[in-house]
Amino acid sequence: MSDSADDLAGRTPIKMRVRETIILRIVGKALVPFILLFALYVQFHGDYGPGGGFQAGVIFAAGLILHALIFGLDALREKVPPIVVEIGIALGALLYAGVGVVSMLMGGEFLHYGMLDTHDMAHGQHLGILLVELGVGITVTFVMVAIFYAFAGRSRQ
Amino acid sequence: MGEQAMGAAIEASLFVLMIALAIVIARLRSLFAAAMLFGIFSLLAAGMQTMMDAVDVAFTEAAVGAGISTVLFLGALGLTTSSETRPLHHRVAGLVVVTATGLLLAYGTLDMPAYGDPNAPIHRHVAPHYLVDSDAEIGIPNVVTSVLASYRGYDTYGETTVVLTAAVGAILLLGGFLGRAPSKDDDPASESRDGDGEGA
Repeated sequence: MSDSADDLAGRTPIKMRVRETIILRIVGKALVPFILLFALYVQFHGDYGPGGGFQAGVIFAAGLILHALIFGLDALREKVPPIVVEIGIALGALLYAGVGVVSMLMGGEFLHYGMLDTHDMAHGQHLGILLVELGVGITVTFVMVAIFYAFAGRSRQ
Repeated sequence: MGEQAMGAAIEASLFVLMIALAIVIARLRSLFAAAMLFGIFSLLAAGMQTMMDAVDVAFTEAAVGAGISTVLFLGALGLTTSSETRPLHHRVAGLVVVTATGLLLAYGTLDMPAYGDPNAPIHRHVAPHYLVDSDAEIGIPNVVTSVLASYRGYDTYGETTVVLTAAVGAILLLGGFLGRAPSKDDDPASESRDGDGEGA
């Protein structure tokens, strides 16, 4: 127990033993794409089944973090650079607010999605919900990755 | 032996497991094991919420509680010691406070409407409107999504902002910019001022 905990206390704590354990590596590697795909399903199927932007974002981030647990923090940071994470955090919230502002410009109240389609209110609602859920998904994904980066990249002091 | 008895049996066993797990976690000194058991606790909670038909909540609980927080606990463990130090003062006081609070909360639930009661205030206010009219007004089958994203769009917008704020706080507090490990002589002020030109 204390042995594995000591491994965790290294400079990059998330390296752990997963990198040296071939079974965990192979199984984890096979799981990552399915987790990401499932996140997209949860994101875009939220209108019809359980789930939505928040759940999808968390699952997507979990897939990315699993990738980092297997291949190391640096491998993930190469694929999802901190600058992308920074922009993504703000982009999602901006998309959400943007939908609200656009519906104001179309003559409705803030976040009144019905105004997005002048002919069919329900269609406008559909579009609005799709976009704001996407915004939530983007922000939550990158927030989770950002918090993970902040924790995992910090060396012991 | 109907479906209901089956459900009750599953709920009861989940409950017993959760209570047992909570006691074990409270008594553990190894933080590594506690972090792992917390993940299992969340998974049981997600099972419980599934039994109560709160699938969306169960979803979130499983992904956040069992998945991401476990990883964050492990990340935090890398920054601290692997076992909890023994407290200097008595733990009896803590036990008394926790028990009293728990009893108070349980007493509070006596005033609440029974679980699933159709006459509960929450089912008589706007809920009927959502259930009956959301199909015509919003046009998507999942009423939970209609409520969260459209009827309660402001709230969800606020929640998204809260999540964003959490990340900003974590980035500012936990050293430098998104894990570019700060060197030891970095003072906190320079970390929050600007992301560039610091770290190893």
